[in-house]
Amino acid sequence: MEIMPVVGLAIVAAVMGIVLKQSKPEVAVLLSITVGAVIFLAVLGKIGSVIDILKQLAGRAQISDIYLATILKIVAIAYIADFGAQICRDAGESAVASKIEFAAKILVLVLAVPIVVAVLEALLKLVP
Amino acid sequence: MDVDLIFKIIGIGILLAVAQTILKSTGKEDLGFWVTTLGIAVALLMVTELLGDLFTQVKSVFKLF
Repeated sequence: MEIMPVVGLAIVAAVMGIVLKQSKPEVAVLLSITVGAVIFLAVLGKIGSVIDILKQLAGRAQISDIYLATILKIVAIAYIADFGAQICRDAGESAVASKIEFAAKILVLVLAVPIVVAVLEALLKLVP
Repeated sequence: MDVDLIFKIIGIGILLAVAQTILKSTGKEDLGFWVTTLGIAVALLMVTELLGDLFTQVKSVFKLF
């Protein structure tokens, strides 16, 4: 039952964020960054164990490691970019947030291209 | 779940607000500005250190390197 401390902490931080927003809005933004990071650090251990199980399944199903590694990289890029974009949007910089998301899309595209090429080559082999 | 950093930052925020109002009432406006900037710099240092930990842990969990 890990969700209770997370929700409790988030509510306390939200209320304190409002208190701080009147006098010191910049510290309120720092507070929201800290809460986001602490909650994610708390959950990161569980994600690690899920990824290990996925690795074992992929190994047993003889799926080559490259595909799983690429998927993990894409998930990590998507998460970090979303983390940064939300914080920038909270701070009122929606232009910067959309730039972060744009960069993340390009990076994911770069990672996905080799897999698409591999799929196309496999298809071409099937066509006689 | 290291919650102490969150309460440290809340403490810094409240401390800065109180310090600025006190300094404003005693007439030393610019000193209040410097105290606020310094306090925010300290809080930013702590937050960036936490973000550094977060990114290194993400790198190790998602085997990004």
